[in-house]
Amino acid sequence: MTDRHKETEEIPEAVIEKRRFRSSQLIWLVPMIALLISLLLVVKHFIDKGPEITISFKTGEGIEAGKTKIKYKDVQIGLVKSIAISEDRSRVNVTAAIFKHASKLIAEDTRFWVVRARITGNSVSGLGTLMDGSYIGIDVGKSTKPCFSFEGLERPPAVAMDVPGREFILHAATIGSLDVGSQIFFRHLQVGEVLSSELDKDGKGLTLKIFVRAPYDQYVKTSTLFWHASGVDFTLDANGFKFNTESLLTILLGGISFVTPDDASDAALAPPNTEFTLFPSQEDAMKRRDTVFEHYTLVFRESVRGLAVGAPVDLRGVTVGEVTRINLELDPGGRDIAMPVEIRFYPERLHARSRSKDKTQLPSSSTDSRKLLNAMVAKGFRAQIRSGSLLTGQQYIALDFFPKAAPARIDWSKKPPVLPTVAGSLEQFQASLMQIVQKLEKLPLEELAGDARKTLQSLDAALKNAEKLLNNIDSSIVPEARKVLGETAKTLESAKQTLSADAPLQTDLRNTLRELGRAAQSLRTLSEYLERNPEALIHGKQEDK
Amino acid sequence: MKGKSRLSAKSLGYCSCHVCGLVSRPDNDDDTIDLCPRCHTTLHMRKTGSIERCWALLLASAILYVPANTLIMMETGTLISYRKDTILSGVVHLWVSGSWFVAAIVFVASIVVPLFKIIALALLLMSVQRRSRHWIPQRTRLYRLVEAVGRWSMLDIFVVTLLAALVQIRSLAIVKAGPAAIAFGAVVVLTMLAAMAFDPRLIWDPIRKEKP
Repeated sequence: MTDRHKETEEIPEAVIEKRRFRSSQLIWLVPMIALLISLLLVVKHFIDKGPEITISFKTGEGIEAGKTKIKYKDVQIGLVKSIAISEDRSRVNVTAAIFKHASKLIAEDTRFWVVRARITGNSVSGLGTLMDGSYIGIDVGKSTKPCFSFEGLERPPAVAMDVPGREFILHAATIGSLDVGSQIFFRHLQVGEVLSSELDKDGKGLTLKIFVRAPYDQYVKTSTLFWHASGVDFTLDANGFKFNTESLLTILLGGISFVTPDDASDAALAPPNTEFTLFPSQEDAMKRRDTVFEHYTLVFRESVRGLAVGAPVDLRGVTVGEVTRINLELDPGGRDIAMPVEIRFYPERLHARSRSKDKTQLPSSSTDSRKLLNAMVAKGFRAQIRSGSLLTGQQYIALDFFPKAAPARIDWSKKPPVLPTVAGSLEQFQASLMQIVQKLEKLPLEELAGDARKTLQSLDAALKNAEKLLNNIDSSIVPEARKVLGETAKTLESAKQTLSADAPLQTDLRNTLRELGRAAQSLRTLSEYLERNPEALIHGKQEDK
Repeated sequence: MKGKSRLSAKSLGYCSCHVCGLVSRPDNDDDTIDLCPRCHTTLHMRKTGSIERCWALLLASAILYVPANTLIMMETGTLISYRKDTILSGVVHLWVSGSWFVAAIVFVASIVVPLFKIIALALLLMSVQRRSRHWIPQRTRLYRLVEAVGRWSMLDIFVVTLLAALVQIRSLAIVKAGPAAIAFGAVVVLTMLAAMAFDPRLIWDPIRKEKP
């Protein structure tokens, strides 16, 4: 015990100092700060982390998780995190993280597509992706509504949303050679592109969305006409061959042209998404300007071969309508077959012309126009099938006045009203030819032939007689005649000798005549003397004294 | 019980300095503190509030362990790629790319060691609080291990900070420390502090003989 005490004695006393502070609770601040810091870090992480979006594509070609970037105007704004097949296995769902600073770019109408090297008819794009892989391009819209699930486009949009211009909707019967990206032309100037094409739900047509860039969009008016400028327009109709193209590019790729008719240049500007009709050709587009039309039926009883739907209805060379339908109608008795041809008639084409001349208001009401037409028909206004081109055999319908036509009236009771017709020119020609033939047939050819034979026989006899006569002449008369002629020649020869200048008869005659002239001169001198001196007859010539 | 003296300095009213090891007799007055007569270090019979301080630091490190492992530790950008790695994804990347040894080192130093420290300290604290009389030498050894291994966890932080400072070749290669680096650094420092705050003498206290 003492040992221990001794040891204890050797142990020094601790130095004593005043306690400055005494707190053990302060240490709990540390975990609180730690909690705060970690919370801050986590919160910051989630704040810095942009939205995560899902884009679905048809294929995942060129997309790699963790590598494929999302770019806007070639600036990276995100990265693909993962790729998965959708539940129904039809699509590929790409999950991508968008950077915080770019989260505003992701809105409801943002469009996504995979940028790959693409070579199409009119452009080569995305060659850069051959080097560093495909990326997902985006196009930002105007919406601010956030959205986190998108459907990716299969090809880049033709027009970015920030390009000024307007979109329009076209309704077409066929797509022709058009495609998304096909170009829009205005006076052969490339002014826009086709954005999308979609078959109508009822399958009866197509709806195309097109984009016309500013400033060209101002030329799209409410009355603007659009037509297919696709490829080559090669038509063969009553007007003959026609070959039409827009530009070399459209021959290869197709396109759409539009124009605003001159007489409608003051029309209102078409608002965006105005719907237009896309006509198959420029000609069709121009034709369709007639919004007012009337339907008539023309009943023909002759062949309508060569007459096609769309064939022109022509009034003295001016197209005033077209054929819309060709039917076949059997008479109730089955005795005859008629061809009712329906036409669409544009009365405005007549009106416009007359209006420009004398400004008179033409009959606008239907009763007035009926009256007018009735009057015209009374004067011989008829329809007729005519051959447009002998080469192609195409036919058209001509409206004209035929004063000699049989009287007829318009049958207004039928729908559409029936306009009287006359047989076609070829038909008429054929008919008259037929008549001639028929008349010829009626001639008593047999009798005529018999008569003719008789006549010929007697003629034959007569000729034989004549031959005999001639033979006689030949044998008896000709030698005599030759003798006579020889005599005559001799006579003429002697006459020639007698009459020649150095013949003695001539010389004598000349002398005689000279004498005679002298005698006449002296006779004249005598008569002059006697005139001056008539007494000389009694007294004789007085001698000069 | 051999090697397990039931006598302790505290039971005799002595206190050893944990810096120079000198045993002295402290004056056990609550209003004053005792200093080592040799090196003037504050003397504690037992570190004051050791357990609660250790718990607090341990809790803080456990809290920070979560962001340290889930957030991004390092961002590396090169000409052809741009990566953001958490510790675990970095380990996976290293493992997949064939650097198994480095992956193992990083995994042990950055994930296993901090976790081991936190669990070990928690075990020690709980056993001390329950005044457990079992496994006393083993627990002491465990404590020593925790103290010794603590600094090696900083390896990862050093790598990241060094790389971030050195690899700054714009557009060619770039390394940036992520938010997890801060959290991870804090975890390492806090576990070290917690280990320091723990008084290993407490492990032995349950078996001491009370001063008669």
